[in-house]
Amino acid sequence: MKNNTTTQMSFGKKLRRFLSDNPVPIMFIIICAVCIPVSGFSPGYLLNEIMTRMGRNTFLILCLLIPIMAGMGLNFGMTLGAMAGEIGLIFVADWQIYGIPGVVLAMIISIPISIVLGIFCGKVLNMAKGREMITSYIISFFINGVYQLVVLYMMGPIIPIKHSSIRLPRGYGIRNTVSLLNMRQCLDNLMSITIKGVKIPVLTFIIVGVLCLFFVWFKKTKLGQDMRAVGQDMEVARDAGINVERTRIISIVMSTVLAGFGMVIYIQNMGNLPTYTAHSQIGMFCIAALLIGGASVDHASIKNVFLGVILFHLMFIVAPSTGTKITGDSMIGEYFRVFVSYGVITVALTMYETKKRRIKSRAGQQLKADQKGDEADE
Amino acid sequence: MKNNEAPLLEMKNVKKSFFENQVLSDINFKLEEGEVLGLVGENGAGKSTLMKILFGMDVIRETGGYEGDILINGEKVQFNTPFDALAAGVGMVHQEFSLIPGFTATENIVLNREQKKKNVLSEVFGDRLDTLNRGQMSETAAEAIDKMGFQIDADMSINNMPVGHKQFTEIARELSKENLKLLILDEPTAVLTEKEADALLESIRNMSAKGISVIFITHRLHEILSVCNRVLVMRDGYVVKDVDSKETNVEEITKWMVGRDVGSAAANKDARIKTDAPNIMSVRKLWVDMPGETVRNVDLDIKEGEILGIGGLAGQGKLGIPNGIMGLYDAGGTVTFNGQEIPLNSPRKCLDSSIAFVSEDRRSVGLLLDETLEWNIAFPAMQVQNKYLKNYLGGLIKWRDEKAIHEVTENYIKSFMIKCTSSKQKARELSGGNQQKICLAKAFAMEPKLLFVSEPTRGIDVGAKSLVLEAIKKYNRENGATVVVISSELEELRQTCDRIAIVSGGKVAGILPASESSEKFGMLMISQVK
Repeated sequence: MKNNTTTQMSFGKKLRRFLSDNPVPIMFIIICAVCIPVSGFSPGYLLNEIMTRMGRNTFLILCLLIPIMAGMGLNFGMTLGAMAGEIGLIFVADWQIYGIPGVVLAMIISIPISIVLGIFCGKVLNMAKGREMITSYIISFFINGVYQLVVLYMMGPIIPIKHSSIRLPRGYGIRNTVSLLNMRQCLDNLMSITIKGVKIPVLTFIIVGVLCLFFVWFKKTKLGQDMRAVGQDMEVARDAGINVERTRIISIVMSTVLAGFGMVIYIQNMGNLPTYTAHSQIGMFCIAALLIGGASVDHASIKNVFLGVILFHLMFIVAPSTGTKITGDSMIGEYFRVFVSYGVITVALTMYETKKRRIKSRAGQQLKADQKGDEADE
Repeated sequence: MKNNEAPLLEMKNVKKSFFENQVLSDINFKLEEGEVLGLVGENGAGKSTLMKILFGMDVIRETGGYEGDILINGEKVQFNTPFDALAAGVGMVHQEFSLIPGFTATENIVLNREQKKKNVLSEVFGDRLDTLNRGQMSETAAEAIDKMGFQIDADMSINNMPVGHKQFTEIARELSKENLKLLILDEPTAVLTEKEADALLESIRNMSAKGISVIFITHRLHEILSVCNRVLVMRDGYVVKDVDSKETNVEEITKWMVGRDVGSAAANKDARIKTDAPNIMSVRKLWVDMPGETVRNVDLDIKEGEILGIGGLAGQGKLGIPNGIMGLYDAGGTVTFNGQEIPLNSPRKCLDSSIAFVSEDRRSVGLLLDETLEWNIAFPAMQVQNKYLKNYLGGLIKWRDEKAIHEVTENYIKSFMIKCTSSKQKARELSGGNQQKICLAKAFAMEPKLLFVSEPTRGIDVGAKSLVLEAIKKYNRENGATVVVISSELEELRQTCDRIAIVSGGKVAGILPASESSEKFGMLMISQVK
C-alpha cells in the first residue's frame, strides 16, 4: 500500500527523470517524427529499408557491448576487427568461393587475425587505463596504416593473389573495389520471407538473435561476472584475486573477433568491398548508433543497440530526402548525417562527464541539507 | 599440525621503519582463539602499520619489509601478499570500502569465489565460462549474514545501501571465508549509527563465541571496554599498555594514548591568549565535501595575531577546514576576512586577500616538483602579487627579476638550513623535510596576513620538525601575522600554538588554551567521533 502511494506521488518526478536520463533517444525520436512526413517516403518503403539495414548493421554494433561491460568505454578499436573481416573477404574473393561457404570461410580467416590484433590492442589499452577511448581511436589509425601496407604492397609479391579482377593493373596490390556480387545478400536471401512487400532477412536476424542470447548467457558466466566487476572497480576486483589485465584483454579480443564477423555480414549485404574505405567510418557510425540508442560510456544494453540502429538508420534514410525537400539540395542531408554522427558522440561524452560531476556535487548539497536539518533539531 | 598450546597469533619483537624513520619498535603480544583484542592509539601511533604487516600488504614489502616474527598457531609465517594472509585464515575489513558498487550484497560477499556450474562451452574454453550458480551463492551469503547476526538485504545493490550496511557487507564477506580464524576490523564503527554500532558489537561477541579471534581498532573507547577482552594501547610505535579491559576505564586509556608524562608536558611557554584582539577571520556554517575529511556546520573565529591550532583524529574533518576555506574542495557557508566576505570555491580570491595555504599534500599541491627551488619559492608571489618582476613599457611587458628571485631563495635556504646543492636544484630531489621548508618559504615570500599550515611535520624527522615549527612561530611573532596550524600531533600543537581547536565528527568540539592538560584535549577528540 505504502509502496503504491509513493509510486503515484512520484509519477511526475519519474517522468522528468525518464526525460533527463534519456535525452539523446528522445531528441532523435523527435527529429525522425518531424522528418518522416516531410520526406514523403511510404511506410512500406521505410520499413523495408530499416529491415535491410538492421540486418546489415546490428551485429557490428553488438560487438561494442562487451568492452563497455568491462569498463573500457566505447571500443573505437572495433575497426581492427573490421579490417580482419575485410582481409578474409579479399581471400575468399580471390579463391572464388561463392555464397554461404564464402561468408563462413571469410569469418574463419578473420578469427586468427582478429585475435592477434585484439591482444595487441588489449595490451596497449592496459597501459593506458582511463584513456581507453582515445587510445583505441588512435590504434585504429595506426593499424589502418599496417592494413594498407599489407593490402597495397604485400598482396601480390608476398601473399599470393591469383585473380586479376581484384588485383591492381600494376601487378600487385588490391583494387579500390572488390566485387562480391557472387555472395551479395546470400545470407539475407536464404530463408527470407516477404510480408506485404517488406523483405525480412530471417537468417541474419536469427544470427543476431543467437548473438543476443549469447550475451545474455555470457553475463551469467564467471567471466562475465568478472568483467562486470573489473568494469566497475578495477582495484576491488584485483584485491579479490581477479586477473584484471587478462580479463580486459579477453574483452577486447572478443569484441574484435565479433567485429570481424559483423564486418563480413555488413559487406555481404552491400555486395562489394571498398577496400580502403569500408572500415574508415564504421567505428564512428556504430558508436553513434549505440549512443543514439541511449547507451553511455559505462552502460549499454541490447535494447540500446536495437533502438539505436532503428533511429540512426531512419535518420539516415529520411535526412537526405528531407534536406532536398526543404533546401532543394540533397547534399545537405548527406552533410547532416555525418555532422550528426560526430555531434552525437561529442554530446554523449560531454553528458557522461557532467553527469559524473553532478553526482559528485550532490554529495555537497546533501551535506548542506543535513546541516539545515541539524539546525532545525537544535 | 595444529599446536593447541600455542596462541592463535603471537608477535615477537616486530619492528618496522620507513626510510630510517622508526615507526614500530619491539611489538610483542599474544592473541588466543576467540579472544577480542582492542587496539587503540593516536594517529601515527603505528596501529595501521602493524595491521598492514599482519595482513601482508604490498606497501610493507615495497618499503623493505619488517623485522621480528609473526607466529600463527606457534608456526612462523611470512605473508608477502594479502592472499597469503587470507589463505592462513586472516581476514581484514579496511577503512575504505572494497566493494563493487553495482553488485548486490550476495555478489560482493562471494566475489571471485562464486559457485559455478559446468556447461558445454566451458568444457571447451576453460572454467571461466562456467555459469554462476546463483542458488548456491545466495546460500553462502545468507549463511555468512546469519553468522554475523545483523540482517542486511542480500539482494540489494551496494550503491543503494546505507553506508552502515556496506560495512556489514564487508564483514559478511570475510565471515563467508571458511578458514577464517582472525578478523581485523579497522575502525568499523566510524560510519555506523549508534544502533548499527551496537549491532556490530553484538556480532563481534557472536564471532568470538564461535572461536574467531578479532582485532578491533576504534577511537570509541567505550566500545573497546564493552566488547574486548584485552586492550592494547600504542603510542609512538610502542605498545605502552597491554591490560585486561575489566581493569581499566576510559580516562586511563585516554591518558595512556595521548600523554607522554601527563602533567609535565611541555606546552607552549610563551602562549598568549588575546581575548581582546579583533577577529581576523570568522567562519560561519561551513561545510566542506572533502573525501574522508568531511566538515559539517563549523563556526570558528580566528583572532588577529594569534597562532591557532586545529587538532583532532584523522578523518574527523580538521583538514577539510583549510582546504574548504581556500577553495580546493567543494564548500559552502560564509567566511569573512578583515570584515569582508570571501567567496568560497575560488582559491585566487583567497590569495588576493593575502591568505596563504601550505597544503598537507606537498608533492601534488604544494610544489612544482620538476622546477628549481628559485621558481618554487617565487612562483606564487610572482603570479599573485607581481613580485620579483621587472616592468617595462609601463607594465605592458613583465620580465622575471632573476636576481631578486635568486637573492630571496638564498635567504630562505640560509635561514631554514635547507639542504640542497644550489638554489637551482629541482624540488623533486630534496628530502621530505627540506621540501616542507620550501613550501613554507614559498608561503612566507607572499607575506600573507593569514597563513594556513596543514600538517607541517608529516613525514619529516625530529630535527626538521622543530625547525619548521620554530619558523612558523617566528613568522607569527616577528611579522604579526596570524597563523593557523592544522596537525594530528597534539603535542606539536601544544608546543607551538596559543589556542587549540579540536575537531571531532566534522565539527569544532571545543577550543582550549594550549596550556590545558592533554587529557582534556583527548576527551574532546573522541567526544563526537562518528
